[in-house]
Amino acid sequence: MSEPTPPARELRIPSLARVEGETALHLRIRHGTVTEARLSIYEPPRFFEAFLRGRAHTEPPDLTSRICGICPVAYQMSACRAIEDACGVVVDGQLAALRRLLYCGEWIESQTLHIHMLHAPDFLGEDDVIGLSRSHLEHVRRGLRLKQTGNAVVELLGGRAIHPVNVRLGGFHRAPTRAELRPLEERLRTALDDAWDTVRWVAGFEFPDAECDADLLALAEPGTYAIESGVPTVLPYAATPPPYGFPLRDFTDHVAEEQVPHSTALHSRLDGRRHLTGSLARWAVSGHLLSPLALEAARAAGLGDPPSRAGTGRGEACRNPYRSILVRAVEVLYAVEEALRIIAEYERPARPYTEVPPRAGTGHGATEAPRGLLYHRYALDGGGRVTGARIVPPTAQNQGAIEEDLRRLVQAGLDRGEGSEAELTRLCERAVRNHDPCISCSAHFLELDIQRTH
Amino acid sequence: MSTPTPPQPPARPRLGVFKLASCDGCQLTLLDCEDELLGIAAELDIAHFLEASGDIAPGPYDLVLVEGSVSTPEHLERIRRIRADARHLVTIGACATAGGVQALRNYADVEGYLAAVYARPAYIETLATSTPVSAHVPVDFELRGCPIDRGQLVEVITAFLAGRKPAIANHSVCFSCKRRGNVCVTVAQGTPCLGPVTHAGCGALCPTYGRGCYGCFGPAGTTNLPALVPLMQRDGMGEEDIARFLHTFNVTAFTAVEEQAQPGTADAEGPG
Ligand code: SF4
Ligand code: SF4
Repeated sequence: MSEPTPPARELRIPSLARVEGETALHLRIRHGTVTEARLSIYEPPRFFEAFLRGRAHTEPPDLTSRICGICPVAYQMSACRAIEDACGVVVDGQLAALRRLLYCGEWIESQTLHIHMLHAPDFLGEDDVIGLSRSHLEHVRRGLRLKQTGNAVVELLGGRAIHPVNVRLGGFHRAPTRAELRPLEERLRTALDDAWDTVRWVAGFEFPDAECDADLLALAEPGTYAIESGVPTVLPYAATPPPYGFPLRDFTDHVAEEQVPHSTALHSRLDGRRHLTGSLARWAVSGHLLSPLALEAARAAGLGDPPSRAGTGRGEACRNPYRSILVRAVEVLYAVEEALRIIAEYERPARPYTEVPPRAGTGHGATEAPRGLLYHRYALDGGGRVTGARIVPPTAQNQGAIEEDLRRLVQAGLDRGEGSEAELTRLCERAVRNHDPCISCSAHFLELDIQRTH
Repeated sequence: MSTPTPPQPPARPRLGVFKLASCDGCQLTLLDCEDELLGIAAELDIAHFLEASGDIAPGPYDLVLVEGSVSTPEHLERIRRIRADARHLVTIGACATAGGVQALRNYADVEGYLAAVYARPAYIETLATSTPVSAHVPVDFELRGCPIDRGQLVEVITAFLAGRKPAIANHSVCFSCKRRGNVCVTVAQGTPCLGPVTHAGCGALCPTYGRGCYGCFGPAGTTNLPALVPLMQRDGMGEEDIARFLHTFNVTAFTAVEEQAQPGTADAEGPG
């Protein structure tokens, strides 16, 4: 895997396991100092932004869902919101509630997949979920059951769990009846117990000390834990500047992407600084808006209180990427509760969708994919043709912070004298998995040349 | 050569799962087989499956599932190596079977894409086209869908373990739609639908949810696309709309079938 070539040493991990998509890692160590840590995303470019041009405004939700099989709902929701924004349509009431329900299904399913199948084996010294099922069968069974419940929600509302077919601009092709949602309630009630048990289980893991010195970026929505809408909000790492938000239409003025030689994914910086989106950022920005039950679970898991933007001064952000599994487990519990609440309050809308007649303009949409903020922008002509598209996925945003994390962890490992290849490989693989990166999403083509601002 | 060997306990067949250009959705379908997953793991030795495990064993593999299309020079190399290591190679999904949604680039000038959208195009290595695995190496079975259907995947694995052909019907979505008792969206609502020419497998999902099929499983074994065109026109689609409708998730597959005028050859096998 590597040849020690003094004085410099190189460590290559050709392919990382248990992450979605394909990526390789390259470390350069000189005289005991890490001089370079880079994540090479070798997922081939798939040109989505380029071929969206010329398509009808109704097409991006189905098309962009194919960017990622792990979080297709996130793509569909961000695309719908951006195009509806361009067309001046707001989807509200029960249709908005159904969208949140669908998204809760994806959160339950995707976060549970990451917790049990990808992340937990790291804490328990197993290679994979198969090994885990030998040593911790009950926990794996519970994870599969929970994941199935998330899938069941997406399947009922969307037709299938991967690339759902029932989503359209303005809402859904068909809205379920109350009776059709009822069987989900029973499963979700069992899932509530399973989600609690999952929080307890992961709370017992051992967490190495670590801190990610990156700004945290997540959506914020008044009165609710932001999932399917919100305003980009930043909790900076340093005390200055203080927490701030900015209008979504200014997103690409703040989050600037740049191409780096080693990766098909672009790197992005938030106002010139490294940033992180995802569970840790959501906890920091919206944690105080979680339900009482989810907050109780968070406390039981040792997360304490989330920062309160209301200024009571209590609570703290969690910046240890190893502990992101705790926030994910709490988010699963919250999503199960939200799903139950939405179903209990559901009245079938008179029409399954609101008309979205095309008009010329540019629209912006962002939602919280399980692994972080996902931004879409579309420019349409008067006939509803897409004339430009821009998609900024979470993994591309997180890549800079992940590399910095790797650099620091490897340096600390070296300083402790843990320099063997096997030790470093394991350390790095864990560090990357902490961030639940979705490589398929981040490898896409970006339109660097189109900049339209109002 | 013919040295007698003492009887060995039968080794579990070794499974390899590989990926080219794709969204990971088809591989995820395997992880979505929650009820069957532990059973599959008991019957097969999962020797290579990066999405699920860091425990990687070298080939040869008895059964190889390949997701994704060939879209970089490195893929070309890789798919040949994978084939050489595979006793039985099955492509899973529209990417591996028909080039996938990323084959939309096949109509475009990729150099132009690169120059227009990337500041430093030289960093990126990509082929001008996105092609199915079968364009480069022999394939034993092609499983359709974007994504594949869980039930069909379990059938392919079960059939492999039993040493028989997968029982995957070659007929169109319309058959499943009738079986499901749906009202036809084209006849009743004038909604354009590719169901009559699309390969079954999804259980006629879209019509069940009140929309027309958009062809994510690719062409059925025997199709009559020209007969469908006037219907789509009747329902308000222009020539350009029809072209886009057909060229999305299985970019060239529909027209290729028509052009070859050899219905049925799109499937490697399948009892029909
Ligand atoms: S066929 Fe569709 S679901 Fe499967 S990998 Fe390709 S894009 Fe994803
Ligand atoms: S009806 Fe057509 S588009 Fe819809 S899921 Fe089935 S094959 Fe795919």
